[in-house]
Amino acid sequence: MTLQLDRRPRPSRVMVAVSPVLAMLLTGVVGGVLFAVRGLAPLPALYVYFVEPVTTLWSIEELIVKATPLVLIGAGLAVCFRANVWNIGAEGQLIAGAVAGAAIPVLATQWASPLALPLMLALGVCGGMAWAAIPALLRNRFGANEILTSLMLVYVAQFLLDWLVRGPWRDPDGFNFPESVELQGFQLLPTLGYSRVHLGGAFALLAVLVLFVFMARALKGFEVRVSGDAPRAGGFGGFSRPRTVWFCLALSGGLAGLAGIGEIAGPVGQLQPSISPGYGFTAIIVAFLGRLNPIGVLLAGVVLAISYLGGEGAQISLGLSDRTAQVFQGTLLFFILACDTLIRYRLRLRLIPAAGAAEETGS
Amino acid sequence: MAAADAYLLEALDVVKRYGGFTANDRVTVKLRPGRIHALLGENGAGKSTLVKIMYGALQPTAGALRWRGRPASIASPAAARRLGIAMVFQHFSLFDALTAVENIALALPGRFDLRSLARRVTAVSAEYGLPLEPGALVADLSVGERQRIEIVRCLLQEPRLLIMDEPTSVLTPQEADQLFLTLRRLAADGCAVLYISHRLEEVRQLCHDATILRRARVVANVDPQAETAASLARLMVGDDVHAVRAAGRARNGAAALTVDRLSLPAPGPFGVALRGVTLAVRAGEVTAIAGVAGNGQSELFEALSGERLSSSPAAVTIAGQPCGTRGVTARRRLGAAFVPEERLGHSAVPGMELADNVLLTRHASDRGLVRGGFIDRPATRSVAKRVTERFDVRVSEVNPQASALSGGNLQKFVVGRELDRKPAVLVIDQPTWGVDAGAAAIIRQVLADLAKDGAAVLMISQDLDEIFEIADRIAVISRGQLSATYPADRIDRERVGLLMAGVRETGA
Repeated sequence: MTLQLDRRPRPSRVMVAVSPVLAMLLTGVVGGVLFAVRGLAPLPALYVYFVEPVTTLWSIEELIVKATPLVLIGAGLAVCFRANVWNIGAEGQLIAGAVAGAAIPVLATQWASPLALPLMLALGVCGGMAWAAIPALLRNRFGANEILTSLMLVYVAQFLLDWLVRGPWRDPDGFNFPESVELQGFQLLPTLGYSRVHLGGAFALLAVLVLFVFMARALKGFEVRVSGDAPRAGGFGGFSRPRTVWFCLALSGGLAGLAGIGEIAGPVGQLQPSISPGYGFTAIIVAFLGRLNPIGVLLAGVVLAISYLGGEGAQISLGLSDRTAQVFQGTLLFFILACDTLIRYRLRLRLIPAAGAAEETGS
Repeated sequence: MAAADAYLLEALDVVKRYGGFTANDRVTVKLRPGRIHALLGENGAGKSTLVKIMYGALQPTAGALRWRGRPASIASPAAARRLGIAMVFQHFSLFDALTAVENIALALPGRFDLRSLARRVTAVSAEYGLPLEPGALVADLSVGERQRIEIVRCLLQEPRLLIMDEPTSVLTPQEADQLFLTLRRLAADGCAVLYISHRLEEVRQLCHDATILRRARVVANVDPQAETAASLARLMVGDDVHAVRAAGRARNGAAALTVDRLSLPAPGPFGVALRGVTLAVRAGEVTAIAGVAGNGQSELFEALSGERLSSSPAAVTIAGQPCGTRGVTARRRLGAAFVPEERLGHSAVPGMELADNVLLTRHASDRGLVRGGFIDRPATRSVAKRVTERFDVRVSEVNPQASALSGGNLQKFVVGRELDRKPAVLVIDQPTWGVDAGAAAIIRQVLADLAKDGAAVLMISQDLDEIFEIADRIAVISRGQLSATYPADRIDRERVGLLMAGVRETGA
């Protein structure tokens, strides 16, 4: 008896939608088993992890705060991945954006102008773009694989940030803590009432809508899709592959940079050695779970935000390590990629052994 | 006599269905030892399905196979090989970086000893007149020589039945003649050969029997030597394939596309460098470039289309404008249109619908398909609809994905997409490669008509029948060099064949 993958005559549209749901269910099963191994009752633990985060107003607000950078970055990455451009370094671009945007409050602390915030946001976008431009340049000029270069630049960005907050950008009145000055009111993004939900959420929604229309209707979006599906046909259509690489990295880097300055001018409020719990990496999962479709990314961003909140909840009420969230996220990505095989292939159970096997067992 | 009359492999009332689609409908074919049996049919007639069933790659929905008179089920290609069935595929896959004998060793079952295998390869290749150097690197070999590797690989298994899928489509006439000798020799030794081809002339010369498939059914079993090419073609397509009308074309029009001393380095380790290609394509004429695959045709095509740029603007001139350094979009705007050889992935995006594939090549040169950076979907759909209707592209649904079309239908669409623009210059690479006879006739006719209407048509082709059918002038490419251009009525096949084989011109 063997399990066999048969190629489907054409990709299944149903599986495109079912695959992420199946992946989430399987992740839940694996999570339940893991909880059981740790001696926890699986169902209550899963409840703490996946349901509790959406039961109170406070946690829903927190959910939006966490989903904001995930959706912003994920939407950009979805476009990038459609073009077969593998930007794995959004975390670094997020940090670069945060650092570039924070230059205004750190270096021009007293410049109390309504222009300060827009300038910070613009600098944040530029910082992310500049950081993403490095892998684009290396790819187009030297053929260097952008997966490696963009990933390695994450660590460069992290050390740059670390050096800045411990060295030149450290708050002089901060009791030697490795932190920059705290941002003042006019440098912060407006919030919704007294909650922590900030204007970045609106940016994320806007990015989703614009990119959805862009991919579905704009010629440039068509160029991105052709370049990813069939690069040779793209070249024949007059679309330059290097230009697509530039465009996609600049777009996703810019959005990651915006997410970065959004964190600084939002929930975090200052530069610290660590300003993101890996949003840039988690956004990769968001992009895949969202089927590389901006609208899907919006939903997937909420799902992954729950995994962050659930991780915090599990830490507090179940005493689990804060790495649990990462395990869940990794498991989820693993299952999405595995389940996506079913879009092109059909799983079939063969009861009769294959011809070759019969020959080996026959005496 | 009894032995000769016994059938080797019989396919009896074989049916193969895919959902609602029937690829083989009660097909019966009987192969005898020592006979070369032709399987003829348009693309989509069910030839490949039948052959895959015989080779064990597919299982029939109904019907039976009999091997030497006994019922047999061929569960896999490995089972077919154990019975003694071998197959040479149309698009064979060899590892370029390995030698001939290493490639053969990879395909043989069990352990092997390269040195003794090399001796066997030499022996078999000498026996059947297939000159092959076992230690030669595949990358250095011509397509004909590569095919010999595949044939020798099959012969080493001492097959009783050899299936050949369109073997001559990649060969020079001389190489094809050599292949025919080998096949006749094999048949004389008692091997059965199943020979699949579109080339009716060679089927008439070579084959003892012929089975003709049309729309999944056997329509005739004939003696090909008693038929004419026209009568065979009629059986295949169902009605007369009309001869292309090429009369009344303007002569000596102005050169609409000129190439001047175009040289480009090889694009990769296995590519071909272009060396001083010079050519003028006149308005109102079809100029053909003959040549065996892999002699720089695709490199030349990409240099003409602007997918690869030249260093000097004057290397390529379209409509009087030097554009050697300008890209494909600029060249399209000058009125040129291009159809590459590879349909899926080059001239069309397989996973995109036809309307999007219209946009692919016409977004910059057409007005109205894109407005303010946004795609006008009704406009692209209406172009796709117009092209499908005008060029008889048979589709099962409105606006399907390109990959859902058969080779011939997709080629009609791709050619139609460009002709619908009314180009002044058309460059087309292998216009009827892998296309069924009906679609091929239509495509050749529209190319001839396009030239008659005053366009300059450059056709790169391996098919000499096609070239002599519609070309006004002929040049030959060999190892990246282009011969002089001859008026079609002043060069014969023999001479073209010699030029294709790389025999350099003397004098001049």
